[in-house]
Amino acid sequence: MQDLTDAFVELIRRASTQLPEDMQKALREAKAQEEPGSAAENALETILKNVALARQNSTPICQDTGTPIFEIYYPFGVSTRALAEQIRKACAIATERAYLRPNAVNPITGENSGNNTGEDFPTMHFHEWDKDELQVYLLLKGGGCENVSTQYKLPDTRLHAGRDLEGVRRVVLDAVHQAQGRGCAPGVLGIAIGGDRGASYIKSKQQLLRPLDDENPDPQLAEMEEELLEEGNQLGIGPMGFGGKTTLLGVKIGALHRVPASYFVSIAYMCWANRRASMRVSGEEITYA
Amino acid sequence: MRKLTVPISEETIRALQVGETVSLSGVIVTGRDAAHKYMIENFIHTNGQPPQSEREVYAALKEILGDGVLYHCGPVVKKEGNTWHFVAAGPTTSIREEPYEADVMEHFGIRAVIGKGGMGPKTLEACQRLGAVYLHAIGGAASLIAQSVKEVLAVHKLEFGVPEAFWVIRVEDFPAVVTMDSHGNSLHKQVVQQSEAQLAALLEK
Ligand code: SF4
Repeated sequence: MQDLTDAFVELIRRASTQLPEDMQKALREAKAQEEPGSAAENALETILKNVALARQNSTPICQDTGTPIFEIYYPFGVSTRALAEQIRKACAIATERAYLRPNAVNPITGENSGNNTGEDFPTMHFHEWDKDELQVYLLLKGGGCENVSTQYKLPDTRLHAGRDLEGVRRVVLDAVHQAQGRGCAPGVLGIAIGGDRGASYIKSKQQLLRPLDDENPDPQLAEMEEELLEEGNQLGIGPMGFGGKTTLLGVKIGALHRVPASYFVSIAYMCWANRRASMRVSGEEITYA
Repeated sequence: MRKLTVPISEETIRALQVGETVSLSGVIVTGRDAAHKYMIENFIHTNGQPPQSEREVYAALKEILGDGVLYHCGPVVKKEGNTWHFVAAGPTTSIREEPYEADVMEHFGIRAVIGKGGMGPKTLEACQRLGAVYLHAIGGAASLIAQSVKEVLAVHKLEFGVPEAFWVIRVEDFPAVVTMDSHGNSLHKQVVQQSEAQLAALLEK
């Protein structure tokens, strides 16, 4: 396969500077719903102006460009080592061009590597599939919203949450309440039910790559996504926690098998700056979305 | 939307209520973690008698912060020739400065602190006592806020690093919302209480 370093730089540029259209549409619709002249409406208007400006100037939508998370689907025979090298190189170049802020800090020395590479940084997950093409998804996961992401272990006595979907509902609503506006609401929730702690967190973040208007193939989860979106918004936390009708723009749920002893619910909170982009490489042709 | 111009009088501040949107213009200064630690150690613990080496910075800050505005922000900046430009300038989380802010506000006579996420009871009490407000900027709106920064007038303590230095900037129509006013009201507190009640009702179902 050809060297894709430049293509990865472009993927990063797009993710950092162009908010996906479905997110923009959701923000516009949210603004129309808020009380005219309210702080909530004002916040959404500022956000939308900011999004337009970032796109126009090709500058980061938010200065915290977060942890870059790459999900890579590759055909049989492609070297994942080579791809990982190119992705790391692309992160360094994208940092030089100010699409990414230097965000990789050594936790022991406190030193910033200065180029967004480090131990397991950026995050990369490789999946071999049976297609003949390469598909790469990128999510820029901000730190502020990561700090309000959380994991529950069911049963949870405080919330009277048992090991069933009603229990899941209860802890998710609690998580939204706990987060208030601190994850730069309105946000999107990626939720994973089951798995071990690690797998559960990864799965919850992968949910954030789903377009807002897709439909969950599991009808029970599809229904739950809608219900939680509605109930989350009833909490009235509003954009930035100013109060208002829009607290969440989307809820996406996935499930993993679990061991009988554990029942985890992971909630990945993503801010309004839900920066995701994807690219497909088919032969010589590279397309972005 | 209410227009505010720095320096701001106590009377203007006292007229503000939580939930109001404002648009701020004038000269303000940024400061976050390192800046607060520095101000506490050099100016406040010394009762306004900083060591010789810090007097110049002290004098500059006193002039800007009296009836002035402190912004919790770690900007991304670009240097072109001899001038600096703000590229991204969204707010950072304010609560980390809760232990220090009330003292800093009192020492300098600050009228408004801008940040995100709100602050705690100590700062709220200081707002009420001193006639000051907390303004919430829009988290993540880095490009837009950077555009409202018309000019970088000076930078102090650049040795703290770009995000942590004191950047003296002239802003025009900087958008924010009053979330803690000088009457003891905090929008954050109100919204938490409201959502708590709502959550309890939802969990009753
Ligand atoms: S939570 Fe998101 S929008 Fe807010 S500062 Fe972090 S990355 Fe930016």
